[in-house]
Amino acid sequence: MATTDHAILDARAIRKSFGSLEVLRGVDLNVAEQELVFIIGPSGSGKSTLLRCFNRLEQPTSGTIVVDGIDILAPGVDINAMRRRIGMVFQSFNLYPHLNALGNVTLALRKVLGKPRDEADEIAMAALARVGLAEKAKSYPNELSGGQQQRVAIARALALEPKVMLFDEPTSALDPELVGSVLKVMRDMRESGMTMVVVSHEMQFARTAADRVVFLDKGEIVEAGAPERIFGSPAQTRTREFVTRIEHR
Amino acid sequence: MTDLDRFLSTFFNLEVMARYLPMIVDGFVLTTYLALVIIATGLTAGLLLAVIRSQQIRLVNWTIVFLVDMFRALPPLVIIIMIYFALPNVGLGVSGFVAVWISLSLVLTAFAEEIFWAGIVSVSKGQWEAARSTGLRFEQALLYVVLPQAVRLTIPPLTNRAIAITKGTALGSVVAVPEILTQAQTGLSFSYNPSTLTLGALAYLILFVPFVVFGRWIETRFAWKR
Repeated sequence: MATTDHAILDARAIRKSFGSLEVLRGVDLNVAEQELVFIIGPSGSGKSTLLRCFNRLEQPTSGTIVVDGIDILAPGVDINAMRRRIGMVFQSFNLYPHLNALGNVTLALRKVLGKPRDEADEIAMAALARVGLAEKAKSYPNELSGGQQQRVAIARALALEPKVMLFDEPTSALDPELVGSVLKVMRDMRESGMTMVVVSHEMQFARTAADRVVFLDKGEIVEAGAPERIFGSPAQTRTREFVTRIEHR
Repeated sequence: MTDLDRFLSTFFNLEVMARYLPMIVDGFVLTTYLALVIIATGLTAGLLLAVIRSQQIRLVNWTIVFLVDMFRALPPLVIIIMIYFALPNVGLGVSGFVAVWISLSLVLTAFAEEIFWAGIVSVSKGQWEAARSTGLRFEQALLYVVLPQAVRLTIPPLTNRAIAITKGTALGSVVAVPEILTQAQTGLSFSYNPSTLTLGALAYLILFVPFVVFGRWIETRFAWKR
């Protein structure tokens, strides 16, 4: 997939502290339109925190984040308007248990975008079809497998037509045999040109689908580059150690 | 006259019961009405306070917690007496009915706020995050995502608490509210026969047993969900 120079997400000097613990120590990350950036790193390296800063679920201590031309950390910015352009998929799916799949997808369409019910239903059905779950529209989350739940969660984000999608360990909570279905959906999204930032341990997926792999350790970007370089010939010792460890699990 | 006859004519005197039935029915109607307004007021105010508390404004929350703890700790009878006998001294005289309504509503509000709050807190942080990440505002996330889940969890304890507190309408007899117990006691003082109290007890059963059954039904109805 060809990438353009137009940056959808431009994060600069992001720092984040929880009390005296500094989790992010000045991270710069630029994501171009239609690019798939993969963030890897040991647990506690700050990957998820970084991702959560990108839609302000975490408030960075300092730095700037520009999404689609708008500084989302600026005072007075309409963060809710920005968030609907930034899709997020969580490790634990976080589907609404009291709503069926359709209801999960239509809620924001109706309450945030103000779509009438029939139009919202139509958009939601199309989104569910994209993730291969049109026939599960009336099912409640507790009637769906983990893989299906995660795909509904992806549809929920997709339906709002975001400019960029953030994936926070989307397959970590899944049984191994269900991982493939979620990765397939993510690959389809990439084929259709969605800009994506993925935090994950699915190295095989990173190798084949990522445009760029970013290795984060102790709150800093150690190294970034094409997947074949990061996995094949990493320049930094820390990267090499991590990649070796993760591939020989 | 055998002991049994004496017992029956004392506590189950049909003639006395028939004579005072209309009075007890009046009391029954009034008690039902009082119970309903207490439940409506207490649950609404409790939910409202829990929602306000979820905004996490420190000074406001301290005030809420202080008031809630106070009204959970005070015996309802004490509150009724304070409102009925003390308020007129500052020019705020209220009827017995209003005194009981306000008092029990305050107590139910306090308990309901705690229960609703516990329900809101028990909904996982991920639900908030998912909702907010799609652009829903705080109050939309609360209304459409968190409260529907929280309320489901709170129905059984709320039902039990509502029953316990509305039974306290019998305390209205202390401030001359013509509810069931008052009517039964009035009947007793006219007839010198406690069968009116038996009739009153029956009226309470007719009023509250459906409540209790409804509470159990709703508990099993929601127990298996989630």
